[in-house]
Amino acid sequence: MLSQELRSQVQYVDVLVIGAGPAGMAAAIAAREAGVENLLVLERENDMGGILRQCIHNGFGLHRFKEELTGPEYAQRDIDRVKELGIEVRCGTTVLSVDGERFVTAVSREKGVQLFEAGAIVLAMGCRERPRGALATPGTRCAGVFSAGTAQKFVNLEGYMPGKRVVILGSGDIGLIMARRMTLQGAKVLACVELMPYSSGLNRNIVQCLQDYDIPLMLSHTVIDIQGRERLSGVTVAQVDQNRQPIPGTEKHFDCDTLLLSVGLIPENELSQQAGVEMSPLTQGAVVDDSLQTSREGIFACGNVLHVHDLVDFVSAESFKAGKAAADYVQGKARKGAYIALKDGEGVRGVVPQRLLKPEGEAQGVQVMFRPAGVYENATLCVMDGDREILRQRKRILTPGEMAELTLKPEHIASLSGADVTVCVKQ
Amino acid sequence: MKKDIIIIGGGVVGCAVARLLSRYEADIALLEGASDVAEGASKANSGIVHAGFDAKPGTLKAKLNVEGARMYPALCAEVDAPYGQPGAMVLAFTEEERGTIRTLYEQGVANGVEGLRVIEREEVLSLEPNVNPGVVCALLAPTSGITSPYELTCALADHAAVNGVDFLLDTFVQSVRPGSEGYLLETTRGPMEARIVINCAGVDSARLHNQLCPEKPLTIIPRKGEYYLLDHTKPLAFSMTLFQTPTKMGKGVLVSPTVHGNLLLGPSAIDVEDGTAVETTAEALKLVADAARKTWPGESLRGVITTFAGIRAHEANGDFVIGAVEGAPGAYETVGIESPGLTSAPAIAEMLVEQIARENSLSEKAEWKPAPRREKPFYAMTLEERVAIVQKDPGYGTLVCRCEEVTEAEIRAAIRRPVGARTIDAVKRRTRAGMGRCQGGFCSPRVLEILSEELGIDPTEVTKCGGNSRLLVGTIAEAARKEDA
Amino acid sequence: MEQQITCINCPVGCRLQVVVEDGEVKSVTGNSCNRGITYAKQECVAPQRMVTAVVPVSGRKCPVSVKTRTPIPKEKISACMRQLAGLDVRPPVHMGEVVCPDVCGTGVDIIATKTVE
Repeated sequence: MLSQELRSQVQYVDVLVIGAGPAGMAAAIAAREAGVENLLVLERENDMGGILRQCIHNGFGLHRFKEELTGPEYAQRDIDRVKELGIEVRCGTTVLSVDGERFVTAVSREKGVQLFEAGAIVLAMGCRERPRGALATPGTRCAGVFSAGTAQKFVNLEGYMPGKRVVILGSGDIGLIMARRMTLQGAKVLACVELMPYSSGLNRNIVQCLQDYDIPLMLSHTVIDIQGRERLSGVTVAQVDQNRQPIPGTEKHFDCDTLLLSVGLIPENELSQQAGVEMSPLTQGAVVDDSLQTSREGIFACGNVLHVHDLVDFVSAESFKAGKAAADYVQGKARKGAYIALKDGEGVRGVVPQRLLKPEGEAQGVQVMFRPAGVYENATLCVMDGDREILRQRKRILTPGEMAELTLKPEHIASLSGADVTVCVKQ
Repeated sequence: MKKDIIIIGGGVVGCAVARLLSRYEADIALLEGASDVAEGASKANSGIVHAGFDAKPGTLKAKLNVEGARMYPALCAEVDAPYGQPGAMVLAFTEEERGTIRTLYEQGVANGVEGLRVIEREEVLSLEPNVNPGVVCALLAPTSGITSPYELTCALADHAAVNGVDFLLDTFVQSVRPGSEGYLLETTRGPMEARIVINCAGVDSARLHNQLCPEKPLTIIPRKGEYYLLDHTKPLAFSMTLFQTPTKMGKGVLVSPTVHGNLLLGPSAIDVEDGTAVETTAEALKLVADAARKTWPGESLRGVITTFAGIRAHEANGDFVIGAVEGAPGAYETVGIESPGLTSAPAIAEMLVEQIARENSLSEKAEWKPAPRREKPFYAMTLEERVAIVQKDPGYGTLVCRCEEVTEAEIRAAIRRPVGARTIDAVKRRTRAGMGRCQGGFCSPRVLEILSEELGIDPTEVTKCGGNSRLLVGTIAEAARKEDA
Repeated sequence: MEQQITCINCPVGCRLQVVVEDGEVKSVTGNSCNRGITYAKQECVAPQRMVTAVVPVSGRKCPVSVKTRTPIPKEKISACMRQLAGLDVRPPVHMGEVVCPDVCGTGVDIIATKTVE
């Protein structure tokens, strides 16, 4: 229970957005454009832009702006728009708690502890990197082992080199990008080691970040030992079998002072869980409906906190929808109808949204995103309404490293029988 | 450098000894080879305050364990270290193990442990529903506690330091030998001299003992224990410390909540040659995971945030060696302080310091300053407390470690403590910044920056844990110039 | 001669089959848009890359991120990095501002991709 004194400090906000990365900015822009005046964005860093600030490479914005931008340039377009719309953003402000009744506490140096009651909340906290500890990679706990994003921050935002001779574990995009960054800034990247038989990064990054610099990509390999008492002195890499277990006799030693990890991103959902939002073990994000509303009414989620995207363009697109839906919610325009479950079928992992609303009024199209469970060539994506196939699409290539998507048209939604809908890959 | 008393080793025992000795009129220094206190066994153990039923009655281990455990609540309150008393159970899975449980019970009673009971399956499962339903019975030890061994060590060190003990870190003692009056020490920071030396060097203690008393050498067999640490989730799978019935092979693997609400699985127990070899191995970690599954069939390693290894200083004869070094007047020692060493540390210190004071006629100071008080950690504060503290000190308004909710003010305070943090790991042990699920991924650049500001050093000079453990090798400009050359 | 290349124009990363004869691209297949053809023609004859980097700014803790305005010949990348290493950038630098005109004689400017006041 709040004391009388604290209760008097509670500020009411129509739409509260948590995070001013690409997701939060897009959600805020959409909410303001939909007419929400009482709107506030809270950002823990001192600047807007989120992780894009340190992604100085190009390749952003092709879908959304039809041109190729670097991360800071992409972010700046949203920052400019946020400013143009006069949206209030409180930077250096960390959200401490969110509850299911949309009561939020936050703290900043300037304003101290701040209490909010929100008409709607958009969760846009992004994701974090899986650390070495979570892999339980054996060896010492010396300096020189960094997650790729931490190294990226040191190099690109602070101007420091975290090492000179580098091995990269994991072929996620940040790892690939950092292989090139470290090389260009004068370090020697010895290898990129990937546990799976395929890379989880984008093909273009394998070409322009590894192949261009003759950095070997060792698929079906992993780091089995980390050496060095104080600073890293070397790692041992071994090939793995089909069960991802190291094969004795395949060990290879690398003398290096740095190991960068790019072994997966995890949506940062501690606040969502506090709010009592239902979570998906597959995406590690919230379970949402096709308006990005979570299981808690008035709480929406978008961007990498919902599911880890490959492309910021899709983060922005998703977040515009979430911001608009949050606006609709506080303006009493929320849709009514019956929910239908959308499920993963064969070959599909982590479909988003997990619930479709079959509205009482006019149906709208729904974009469905997921990760293929394996590598498939010339496969068919199918959407099943119970046993009835309602959509089928040929895909030349499907890989877990690339988010797949398909769109259910309004007529598909309107025709749903109410049975569970399943997305699957057929060979 | 000349001192009245030199304590060698800044683990929990050395710091507890330093704290109690600081009550006396004497010029005291504590030498630690590493860059911080608690860098050895004291940072990597189970953190259990054992009730005292494990040790054989009549041994020093039994006596000091029970005494130490009784001292813990008051000591932790006094020096401001975390302590909890969740209780423990030793689980038996066969009728044969029931016999051992009975023996432990009797041993515990003989050692003076209070509240012990042998409880049956139903009661075990009602207390801990996630325990393997194949459990037969258990020894319940309600007085079993938990602490944060490194936070306790830091707190003891601070208390000693405010009472005048000099803490010389990065000072490794290469040799100790008798001098004209007292002892001469060769260290990595030059020669030193003291009337009284106290060897609390943990895994290295036998080496120093054998220099002082070559006639009756001791042997430390470094015993490595590896652990998994799981993220704090609510609710935690278990609320009590769960041991398995000890076998000839050892005490087995425990599953226990920590004082910070994490879950700890471990340790393995493998004798190693090198007392500094704290790397983890795939084999031992698998062993721990498999063994813990016996207690916790629903074990999930999904929540693992880190793994670590610690070395216990096992003395070949099996008991603690505490007291004056034979044939070396003015030299004292604590050797073979393995489990229940953490639990016993307060009692070990009390016993040893009492002896040193008596034998050397040390006189008590008129005033012994109380342990410095620290603010409650931000993560543990209520909303009202948070509102108040940020108004008082805006540094609490900037969260540096988001996983463990550690603020900038707390990090600066940790660096400014009497025995202050000088490395990333030292900040982590004092504040928990970097202890969480992202393992410092987000906060380490900021912690590094604060360390560089507070210590007045270049960011490239900041280390993870002293020595050459620098995080940054240079600036991008330097790297580019080298490439050019 | 048939070459297999991966289009790096966009994240789709189409696998292209390119037939090259006498230093000239005869056919491109596997592309899902026209940019794939343009890319293949360039890549198989005179490959080009965008270069992005960070450059220290005098008197500022934070470096400025930069890029080549358009792609430069691949073989010029390391020369380009060397030239960047010798730059003396003074604040303020604004996004879009040229920090190094005509890098390595490519005719391509290096421009800032963020603002450092």
